[in-house]
Amino acid sequence: MSELSERVAIVTGGASGIGAASARLLQDAGATVVVADIQEAKDGVGRFVTHDVTSEASWKALLADVLEREGRLDIVVNNAGVSGGTGNVETTTVEEWQRVQAINSEGVFLGCKYAIEGMKKTGPRKPECKGSIVNISSIAGLISGAGPLAYTASKGAVRLLTKSVALHCAEKKYAIRCNSVHPGGVDTAIFNPLWQAVGHEQGKAFIGARHPIGRMAEPPEVGEVVLWLASDRSSFVTGAEIVADGGITSGLMRRLPLAAP
Amino acid sequence: MPRLENKVVLVSGGASGIGAATARLVLREGGKAVIADRDEEKGRALANELGASALFLPLDVTHEADWQKAVTGTVEKFGGLHGLLNAAGVGAGGDIESCTLQDYRRVNDINSLGTFLGCKAVIPAMKQSGGGSIVNISSVLGLRGAPYAAAYCASKGAVRLFTKHVALHCAQMKYNIRCNSVHPGYIETPMIEGRLSQTIGNMSGRQWLEELHPIGRLGQADEVANMILFLLSHESSFSTGVEFVCDGGLTA
Ligand SMILES: NC(=O)c1ccc[n+]([C@@H]2O[C@H](COP(=O)([O-])OP(=O)(O)OC[C@H]3O[C@@H](n4cnc5c(N)ncnc54)[C@H](O)[C@@H]3O)[C@@H](O)[C@H]2O)c1
Ligand SMILES: NC(=O)c1ccc[n+]([C@@H]2O[C@H](COP(=O)([O-])OP(=O)(O)OC[C@H]3O[C@@H](n4cnc5c(N)ncnc54)[C@H](O)[C@@H]3O)[C@@H](O)[C@H]2O)c1
Repeated sequence: MSELSERVAIVTGGASGIGAASARLLQDAGATVVVADIQEAKDGVGRFVTHDVTSEASWKALLADVLEREGRLDIVVNNAGVSGGTGNVETTTVEEWQRVQAINSEGVFLGCKYAIEGMKKTGPRKPECKGSIVNISSIAGLISGAGPLAYTASKGAVRLLTKSVALHCAEKKYAIRCNSVHPGGVDTAIFNPLWQAVGHEQGKAFIGARHPIGRMAEPPEVGEVVLWLASDRSSFVTGAEIVADGGITSGLMRRLPLAAP
Repeated sequence: MPRLENKVVLVSGGASGIGAATARLVLREGGKAVIADRDEEKGRALANELGASALFLPLDVTHEADWQKAVTGTVEKFGGLHGLLNAAGVGAGGDIESCTLQDYRRVNDINSLGTFLGCKAVIPAMKQSGGGSIVNISSVLGLRGAPYAAAYCASKGAVRLFTKHVALHCAQMKYNIRCNSVHPGYIETPMIEGRLSQTIGNMSGRQWLEELHPIGRLGQADEVANMILFLLSHESSFSTGVEFVCDGGLTA
């Protein structure tokens, strides 16, 4: 029996990048995976459900559907996110701020809320719920380049929301853990504007050079962290910030005018 | 020499608690204070009490147009703008299960969007005044989680991080504007009155909160205001983008 067999996982934003890699790794570890995204997944990991993380109605429908079809819920990876442009404090408009918070912050809030609801309903079917909620924050939730303001704020919100959720579940004895992941630069579609501007290889080298280990991550390198947090291997870890950033936040970062998410 | 001589400081949430204590201190140190708050009655009363070096302006921090008026009104009255304290805020309970999307938005709009709009609105006037200092009030709940305050934690985490953004943006643009966050523990202000009178287990809310703090008591608004004064003044001229904790050892 594989490690996560009989566990059901929802991965938001699972159609691309970190979410897609996480979905594949969770599936390889035996989990039944539901990919929930506004855009259709191309490589067909798990079951795809059209889902907008900003809509509470969409969360209700998704949860009902998963409990009906897959019959339980053990893992939720709140990964859907957008970089939201490069606006700084002077140029960011209220509309842009609200759009980014709606996806990156409210989307994760709703994801945690409905994860708990679903995980509590899980059972009495075996195995017992050993729920894990994994929220994708960013190094932008730990430090800030003078880069995208709305993104930075949203990832700071996810970092602290995660701790509140972790403590709430611990206090209620729910057997649900909740942690945040803080990746450095990962080669995904979130950088498409940069790839289009300077070319993929050049852009990748440029951002890679800002990391002490000299390169960007590939999506499965973050997926492995998600898998570890989703599994019982991290059973004593809750409310924690897991950083996978090629060393970028360990030392003094050289800040270039163009900031990465 | 007074520490804020002729400095003009705009205080959102200046009608009460930490904001009001800071406004008083600004005047004592030779500065001018604009008390900007949505509570007109309390705000006007305080400005009247403080006299000619204080001014009340109505402000709802969630409205961008209000911020424009507050900044214009400040510069018209006192001729410049050197300091901003973003103190307007609401405390809100509610764990992740009971907090509705509406609650989440309301708290984040005031505490987080409101602080963003404040930073954005003052930058042009501060540049014209030769630079300045922005102080954003986050909380210990922007450093640590609380099981009972999902929306509040998120809003204060957001403030903690975009403070760093504002600091770096202004440094990069050579605006001579610094920006830091302050993280108070539980401070005896109207915000926590409700919590003090609760009963938690066999303890009063007050005892429960006092015992959270290693130094065994709640903080006073003046104690936070003193830290804010340091950040508003030139004394802190090499500090920007950092977290100043004032919590009686709570997060130590
Ligand atoms: N790539 C990086 O360098 C990096 C670094 C740190 C953090 N992150 C975070 O990792 C997460 C995943 O990003 P990625 O790099 O894989 O980007 P990506 O663009 O490849 O994938 C994001 C996915 O989220 C989906 N999505 C967007 N809005 C949605 C919504 N409202 N509802 C449902 N799905 C939605 C998109 O359709 C897309 O499939 C994001 O939260 C991002 O902020 C990425
Ligand atoms: N008291 C504490 O224990 C504590 C601890 C940590 C952080 N804080 C933070 O300190 C700041 C000040 O809080 P306080 O304790 O002095 O509380 P307070 O309730 O005494 O004062 C808050 C003030 O903000 C004003 N306000 C609220 N919403 C507003 C809006 N939309 N527009 C304009 N004004 C608005 C209120 O009218 C009030 O005058 C808040 O950001 C709060 O989150 C307080």
